[in-house]
Amino acid sequence: MFVGVAFLLYGLDLSLSGEEGFARVNELLDSFLAKLIIWGILSALLYHLVAGIKHLLMDMGIGEELKSGRLAAKLTIVISVILIVLAGVWVWQ
Amino acid sequence: MAVNSVTNLGRSGVYDWMVQRVSAYLLALYTIFLLGFMLTTDLDYEAWAGLFSQTWFRIFSLGTLIALGGHAWVGLWTVSTDYIKATLPRFLFQAICGTVMFVYVVWGIQILWGL
Repeated sequence: MFVGVAFLLYGLDLSLSGEEGFARVNELLDSFLAKLIIWGILSALLYHLVAGIKHLLMDMGIGEELKSGRLAAKLTIVISVILIVLAGVWVWQ
Repeated sequence: MAVNSVTNLGRSGVYDWMVQRVSAYLLALYTIFLLGFMLTTDLDYEAWAGLFSQTWFRIFSLGTLIALGGHAWVGLWTVSTDYIKATLPRFLFQAICGTVMFVYVVWGIQILWGL
């Protein structure tokens, strides 16, 4: 993700540079490799976000026991997979 | 006596723990807001540039970038102290992460307030 930020900043820089810069980003995002990179970054971000929220909940004492902890872990995986698939639809269609 | 290392972000582990949590809330808020905006707006240049031209959103973005700096530093510092036991390679890794993060923040300021 830390490396991914470089791609995102580059895209932001280009997209804000002007009408043609914005169009250029759209063109770039049509290529297979760019879609793969963006989807990769989005997937890592979505999983990190869901797991992070779980940790913030754990700091409030939610999901810190064995049983609740295991459930929280499974939920994190399930929710992340769903979001990553949705992100895939958004990126690839 | 608080155990402290010369390369962690704050004066103590608790301070780092706090930095990571506080920055996490801001980063999550920003991520959800921006993804929401992108999904609910038919994105053209006017809408996109319009959002980033508003001062409140520039402040929000810069604050988020700085929060990312703290979040990523604590996170990567934790990773490096877990996995890179040899001092020199670990220090180089941390120095590189710090430098890259500084570049990100300066680059972000340049993008937002283009000099």
